[in-house]
Amino acid sequence: MKVYLSQDAAAKALGSEAVAAALNEALGDTPVTRVGSRGMVWLEPLLEIDRGQGREAWGPVAPGDIPAILAGDIPSLGLTEEIPFLAKQTRLTFQRCGVIDPLDLAQYEAHGGLAGLRRALGLSGEQMIDEMKASGLRGRGGAGFPTGIKWDTVRMAHADQKYIVCNADEGDSGTFADRMIMEGDPFCLIEGMAIAGLCTGATQGYVYTRSEYPDAVAVMRRAIELAREAGVLGGDVLGSGRAFDMEVRVGAGAYVCGEETSLLNSLEGKRGVVRAKPPLPALEGFLSRPTVVNNVISLATVPVIFEKGAAHYADFGLGRSRGTIPVQIAGNVKHGGLFETAFGMSLGELVEEIGGGTASGRPVKAVQIGGPLGAYFGREKFDTPFGYEEFDGQGGLIGHAGVVVFDDSADMLGMARFAMEFCAVESCGKCTPCRIGAVRGVETLDRIKAGDGAAVEVLTDLCEVMKDGSLCALGGFTPYPVLSALEAFPEEFGQVKEAAE
Amino acid sequence: MTSQPSIARDLPQVAEAEIRPLIDRHLSAEGPLLPMLHEIQAAFGFVPANAVPLLAEALNLTRAEVTGVISFYHDFRKAPAGRHVLKICRAEACQSMGAEALTARMLSLLGLEDHGTTADSRVTVEAVYCLGLCACAPAAMLDGQLIGRASVEGLEKALEGAA
Ligand SMILES: Cc1cc2nc3c(=O)[nH]c(=O)nc-3n(C[C@H](O)[C@H](O)[C@H](O)COP(=O)(O)O)c2cc1C
Ligand code: SF4
Ligand code: FES
Repeated sequence: MKVYLSQDAAAKALGSEAVAAALNEALGDTPVTRVGSRGMVWLEPLLEIDRGQGREAWGPVAPGDIPAILAGDIPSLGLTEEIPFLAKQTRLTFQRCGVIDPLDLAQYEAHGGLAGLRRALGLSGEQMIDEMKASGLRGRGGAGFPTGIKWDTVRMAHADQKYIVCNADEGDSGTFADRMIMEGDPFCLIEGMAIAGLCTGATQGYVYTRSEYPDAVAVMRRAIELAREAGVLGGDVLGSGRAFDMEVRVGAGAYVCGEETSLLNSLEGKRGVVRAKPPLPALEGFLSRPTVVNNVISLATVPVIFEKGAAHYADFGLGRSRGTIPVQIAGNVKHGGLFETAFGMSLGELVEEIGGGTASGRPVKAVQIGGPLGAYFGREKFDTPFGYEEFDGQGGLIGHAGVVVFDDSADMLGMARFAMEFCAVESCGKCTPCRIGAVRGVETLDRIKAGDGAAVEVLTDLCEVMKDGSLCALGGFTPYPVLSALEAFPEEFGQVKEAAE
Repeated sequence: MTSQPSIARDLPQVAEAEIRPLIDRHLSAEGPLLPMLHEIQAAFGFVPANAVPLLAEALNLTRAEVTGVISFYHDFRKAPAGRHVLKICRAEACQSMGAEALTARMLSLLGLEDHGTTADSRVTVEAVYCLGLCACAPAAMLDGQLIGRASVEGLEKALEGAA
């Protein structure tokens, strides 16, 4: 009998450690393998038992359930992989997450790990770039920039030292994919960064993550040590004679430090102020040297691209959005969690069918996609397929693919006000439209709330100024949630709703 | 240390001999200031004012530069927090599950008007923007312990447990 229990931060937050204690007491010598999360957060803490016929699931499990589960008195949810939420996914980036012990390198290899790195070691830098370009992978941190092109710029740059910086600052509300990979399959991120290093000639990597993620920090640090001991990292990567090493750095509670140039300043020990571009970080990044800055999911997708081949990856998807995207379904939703799927599934299917509608049981009113800088979509936009261009065409963005669901009790003027307030709190202070504009935005929304209908025009003007006059997307995109809420729910802003068509 | 700027006078200080090793440990790192500040805050619960000149000297920065960095980041404290720190997430996913009402109830139960520390220094309540627990919102963290689907009762119980 093999027993698996999730120890992802979400599982812990829902009581997994008490379950672990109960299990250890009941099982005596039978070990419990602690794994990452399968991503079915509504079932956490998720317990799996394999009695020789595959892994069966129970969840959410309370400590008191353990004796009955072990005695066979509580039926399982069936085989974990056959739970519809999992069965409907295409797990490439997250193929091992929740399956293996995150810190067991042998299990990692047994499940396809290191195959990509081994293959990459046999390729030239140029061939690796071709592979990356052919995969169609675009940055999963928000901007959707082709990863292969970014790497090629760094590869072609001349410098004594180049860097791979992993952006693990994941500050968007509604997102936790980076956290799940770091806690559930850290070697995958390490392998992806090592491939990036080999390809571009960078020998040092940094994972910049958040202080709000202490579990991820601990698991990543331990995994790096283990990888170094096993010769995956260090002066002689897998015996190739080539060097790559890395370390984890922790931010200090500033959302703007997720913006890549602010992140680099922070990594250098400075205030996290955004830098003007050019120069591009690819040419003058960390300590003014050529630097790849990529999101966790971008980098953690690299191993499977090299393991299975670019064509395999690029076969999935829609239009110019190739491969899969780990959609994070969050907020007021019944079946919240991480759902990795090929691009192309409609927003409505993700929210209503996969997510099962709201947790409160009330109708879905709106969803915000892409974090605090992402637009609110009402139900009328639910047929939008998940894809970069498709969302853009509807006045939205995918961002880091977080979907936050709101029921009909949501106060949309309040959410618009929050967007402005958040921008004011988190502004790096460099540009006036963002620093001052966001404060004015809060005041203007308060006027609208108090019944001053004329203030709506002031608000839309202000949003235009922020869009045009901001250096980065914090000031430049805060208007998206504000204006989209106004557009979809004008009556909540004291406006008359225009008759549809 | 001879004289401190007057505003720093009432803030707690820590012996230099205790601070220095935490700085020295990171001297060879690339971009060492944040790791140093984290280490100092982890040791003392805040960044003492007299760490600033030590950091400035070690890194060849001005005191103003070091102070500027400390003040930029929400995490760094200039004075100790209460004995327990309760962070309640206020970001959108948690708001969709009632985080605002939860925060208001907790603040009033603790006799606080806004985020801050109770008069008896027992609890500091702070806002946090996303703990990555958005699929089990609302989320909170009490002294490093994560709490999903947080309720007033659940948080009160956790606080009692932390006594
Ligand atoms: C305010 C702001 C916050 C951001 N936060 C993040 C973040 O937390 N994680 C991330 O990967 N990218 C974030 N980005 C995007 C990064 O600037 C950058 O585009 C990304 O790290 C590049 O990696 P990718 O090409 O792999 O997506 C943010 C951008 C802005 C403007
Ligand atoms: S838009 Fe805001 S966060 Fe971005 S650079 Fe300007 S002031 Fe800084
Ligand atoms: S929004 Fe509260 S945990 Fe993410």
